[in-house]
Amino acid sequence: MGEIKLMKGNEALAEAMIRAGCDGYFGYPITPQSEVLEYLSREATKRTGMVVLQAESEIASINMIYGAAGCGRRVMTTSSSPGISLMQEGLSYLAGAEIPCVVANINRGGPGLGTIQPAQGDYFQTVKGGGHGDYHLITLAPSSVQEMVDFVKLGFDLAEKYRNPVMLLTDGAIGQMMEKVELFDQMPRKTKFEDWCTTGKPEGEDRRYLTSLYIKPEKMEQINLGLQAKYRKVEENEIRYETINIEDADYIFTGYGLGARICMKAMEIARAKGHKVGLIRPISLYPFPYDLYASTAGRVKGILDVELNAGQMVWDVRYAVKDKTPVEFYGRMGGIIPSPDEIIDHFEKHLLNRGTK
Amino acid sequence: MTHEAIFAGFGGQGVLSMGMILSYAGMIEDKEVCWMPSYGPEMRGGTANCTTIVSDSAISSPIISSYDSVIALNQPSMDKFESKVKPGGNLIYDSTNILNPPTREDINIYPIAGSEEADRLDNAKVLNMIVLGAFIAVTKTVEPAAILKALEEVLPERYHKLIPLNTKAFEIGMAFVNK
Repeated sequence: MGEIKLMKGNEALAEAMIRAGCDGYFGYPITPQSEVLEYLSREATKRTGMVVLQAESEIASINMIYGAAGCGRRVMTTSSSPGISLMQEGLSYLAGAEIPCVVANINRGGPGLGTIQPAQGDYFQTVKGGGHGDYHLITLAPSSVQEMVDFVKLGFDLAEKYRNPVMLLTDGAIGQMMEKVELFDQMPRKTKFEDWCTTGKPEGEDRRYLTSLYIKPEKMEQINLGLQAKYRKVEENEIRYETINIEDADYIFTGYGLGARICMKAMEIARAKGHKVGLIRPISLYPFPYDLYASTAGRVKGILDVELNAGQMVWDVRYAVKDKTPVEFYGRMGGIIPSPDEIIDHFEKHLLNRGTK
Repeated sequence: MTHEAIFAGFGGQGVLSMGMILSYAGMIEDKEVCWMPSYGPEMRGGTANCTTIVSDSAISSPIISSYDSVIALNQPSMDKFESKVKPGGNLIYDSTNILNPPTREDINIYPIAGSEEADRLDNAKVLNMIVLGAFIAVTKTVEPAAILKALEEVLPERYHKLIPLNTKAFEIGMAFVNK
């Protein structure tokens, strides 16, 4: 068993980076995730020699990631919504040049400069594009401090396996709260680099370079076909989710990250009231577990999707179940967190008594 | 068993520390814990609070609608959270600072003259430990010994000289309830 500690989500994220043998972190402070840079500045370099650098902006951070990851290094950056918006161009370039890295978005309320309180308004930005072109970020949604630790390691594994950027999409509440975590043991930093990395021209080989620029459309289309083939593999192999009580469920509550945690509490309350409610929590938002939702369609009487936004993941849920099952949505915006009681209230008004007078 | 509490007061009164000490104590007893602070501009001179959950089983949501215990150290917190105590739950408050007492009759109410006692100890900062003592005496969420052990973990070493004073404050708080 690994070391057990009581940690804030952001600190746990930083500690996991160090332990994952991360070579570098480039970031710019923004609430509610500034603890990541603070913790790393204090701990990382003296323990593993990891480079920790406060860049002049988020745009600089993500391009430093491009450079360092292009050399084969394990590198990561973190930010919160407005900062992540600034990184979109870089993320598209990273995806285009197939450079692996991990980025965490500690989502806060938007749009614009918004608020520093937790929100989930960046779902579309993360899984439906954000930057330009046909690309995907493999997206994991931690819902506990433990998963802030586990998904750093998993994130690097997936990023390197598929040569693709990975996004950890979480929010200010998970970043700020403290829970008990089990930490994995310190991993060594990388000493061997794959043969695509720009580590210098090897004897007798062509010069290596990483680019997303292909002027000829025929070549560009081939690059795109390659990317799409890779995404199909990701969709085949990397869907992750958690389900609770769905076998006997009449109704399903669903949400990701913090939304899922609140749904769990609402499910407990509903069960205590005698309603057979189950829970689906997608862990990977891309690839999304469409088949899982589809398998419940027609079998359950309704699905209630809860998010800290105006209704974003609910589009994917509805796409999965088609019109076979009613899908209701409840959400709060601007940094307001929906409470379990509000969810129960919405459930009873709009789903439980649907069609009955 | 699960105990869901919220500690609320002015920024600087040590309400976040109260929850943090309770969380460490819960962890020392091998329980599941979750500590969720309010954060942001409201903390500077305004009200601060933290939800703290201690449980024998996995904790679902850090966000809850009503609490087993509300611990209020100032009037705005009392006004905001009195209605959020579960029926049969506890409302523990600093009766020196809070002039309008609670009015509910379906909960257990514990006025603690914490600030007055803290003044007697010549250190206003131990108010939080006095009230935490009362909270532990009322709820028995964790053993008092675990709280005292947690203090050593939460306080940086340079402040360890303050542990005897904090221990005394904690015991005074417990005695308020137990007498």
